[in-house]
Amino acid sequence: MLLLKKLSEAAGVSGCENEVRNILKEELKEYADFKTDALGNLLFEKKNKGKKPRIMIAAHMDEVGLMITSILKNGFLKFESVGGIDDRILVSKTVTIGPNKIKGVIGAKPIHRQDPKERENALKIKNLYIDIGAKDQEDAEKKVKIGDYACFDTEFEIIGENIVKGKALDDRIGCFVVAELLKRNYEVEICGAFTVQEEIGLRGSGVAVYQLKPDVAIVVEGTFASDVPGTKEEEYNTVLGMGPAVTTMDRSFIANKGMRDRVFEVAKKNNIPCQPRRTNLGGTDGGRIQSIGEGIPTIVISVPTRYIHSPVSMADINDINNTILLINFLILDYQERGI
Amino acid sequence: MEIKEILKEILTAHVPSGREPEGSGAVKVLFKNYFDEVRVDKLGNIIGKKKGNEGSFKVMIAAHMDEIGMMVTKIEEKGFIRFAYVGGIDQRILLGQEVLIHGKKIIPGIIGSKPPHLQEPDEKSKALKKEDLFIDTGLSYEKIKEIINVGDFITFKRKPIELMNNHFSSNALDDKAGVAAILCCMEELKKFNFKGEVYGVATVQEEVGLRGAITSTYGIYPDIGIAIDVGHGNIPDLPEEETFKLGKGPAIALGPNIHPKLYEKLKSIAEEYKIPYQIDPNPSYTGTDAWSIQITRAGVPTALISIPLRYMHTTVETLNTEDIKLIGRLIALFIASIDTEFVEGLKCFY
Repeated sequence: MLLLKKLSEAAGVSGCENEVRNILKEELKEYADFKTDALGNLLFEKKNKGKKPRIMIAAHMDEVGLMITSILKNGFLKFESVGGIDDRILVSKTVTIGPNKIKGVIGAKPIHRQDPKERENALKIKNLYIDIGAKDQEDAEKKVKIGDYACFDTEFEIIGENIVKGKALDDRIGCFVVAELLKRNYEVEICGAFTVQEEIGLRGSGVAVYQLKPDVAIVVEGTFASDVPGTKEEEYNTVLGMGPAVTTMDRSFIANKGMRDRVFEVAKKNNIPCQPRRTNLGGTDGGRIQSIGEGIPTIVISVPTRYIHSPVSMADINDINNTILLINFLILDYQERGI
Repeated sequence: MEIKEILKEILTAHVPSGREPEGSGAVKVLFKNYFDEVRVDKLGNIIGKKKGNEGSFKVMIAAHMDEIGMMVTKIEEKGFIRFAYVGGIDQRILLGQEVLIHGKKIIPGIIGSKPPHLQEPDEKSKALKKEDLFIDTGLSYEKIKEIINVGDFITFKRKPIELMNNHFSSNALDDKAGVAAILCCMEELKKFNFKGEVYGVATVQEEVGLRGAITSTYGIYPDIGIAIDVGHGNIPDLPEEETFKLGKGPAIALGPNIHPKLYEKLKSIAEEYKIPYQIDPNPSYTGTDAWSIQITRAGVPTALISIPLRYMHTTVETLNTEDIKLIGRLIALFIASIDTEFVEGLKCFY
């Protein structure tokens, strides 16, 4: 889990995935050949015994976060969100800004000075600001530049019964799973990418696939688990602890029926718990990858994750391990029987 | 000890109002370094006493150590925990916070809601209510029942951070920063020969009704009571004239809660020793321990000094540590300058 901790605590808001890329490159350099492309995707290739099909595995490195858009005369920073963030989670949080990880806080008007009515309305991002303790604009400009990215400042830890919590588990969990798979040897060619800019419109993965030309692609995600109070059971997208989730359909993608069913077959054969992703909400790199060139057979497998796109998300270690196992057996099955 | 170290040490005490006796060990240990005697009264107030050279008058300096928090009200069948507030909390700060549940063991948890994906678009403009929120511990119902009970207290997890220019951010700085100021004052006082006896009190249950100050003041019955608390710092959301600037010195209060001669004396000492200060006019209720201290027994001449603090009652309360040191110095200089005659004069309103 040390690698997952490093990945979770690294800053990698869409468009600035450097820290995550460097961690992965360093961790995996002896297991595969790496290169980066024009967008910053980290592409890898592991020829193994050169057998077909050529299988791609992919996970996105970027996370939702913030960008500093102006520095006010009084030294406070205004910001906008990068990727889908519910404004309501921003209040009363700590962030780190830019490559030097300048600490800042997002405060709010104290309760003592509010009308009770005010508390019924959510605070909008345009009313929020980051405080780094600067005296004024000039003082702030010594530490922070317009365009700097900011991300949540959350410690990765193991809590509860086999649960990890930390920021950006969507999709550092996917990066972790792909990294662990890259450490294994197969007979087939393995290629793939740690992609950029998924959170702002699936921007990186298509470019990566265009270069990699795989026969089949497996996308690994951290998808939302909604097995929580206030949600009806039919709205439970995924459930924590019930194993990896296989996507049938989301806003970007519909899985080929045969390919999807085969994942469940492989899971059953190898006694790995596995669940269908229930809703058709959200979108992943799978949508982009599927429609590159003349089309790539694609499957999306996710680790159920509660509270994604917030400062602190949660996932079950068993689900993570089972996701690694399931994809491992899926690769072996492709190796044996083709796609 | 350096001020930031003192603060961090005090902040290790997780003490929601009413549960100070369980969690205030670190504060008591610190007090023992600065006072001749330390005792804990029946409500849990920590009281330190240091004797001066002569004179029999007593000066009490009080700051509350309790913090806002929550209490477990229900453990749901799937293991999610519902809660009530202890002290004043804006529901809008709760989503996505990390908390500690003080059960038989300390259990970490996360405050969650149903995911935004499943909410109607118009829901997002409304604040989430306490009823929409729950604590997720990652533990099963059976396991939780072994460790956590209804009535257990909950605090916000904290990791104090240092910002630019001696700014410092954490939850519960209200009013653990005041407790730090008491210790700064005692450190400063070592430089002086002073008269009388000084009592430092880390009070309990301020956030739920200024209660610890009632019994501690009764027990000590001081001739002068000085409360140290926090005052609203300057932020873009509030008019400049209603706030205090961070790093520009203590805010000295005046108004019916404050003895006019104490206000004048504190102000003149600040002037004399060039300690920057700000003025805090309070037309009535100050909402601080000073309000309780003043009407104890036959009445106590009371002063109130505040540390400017931004984002009060959030998890990112922010202050400037220089202000804490300035308060320590101001009160030490005040104590060193008074004598029996001054103290007796406080009862003369002619």
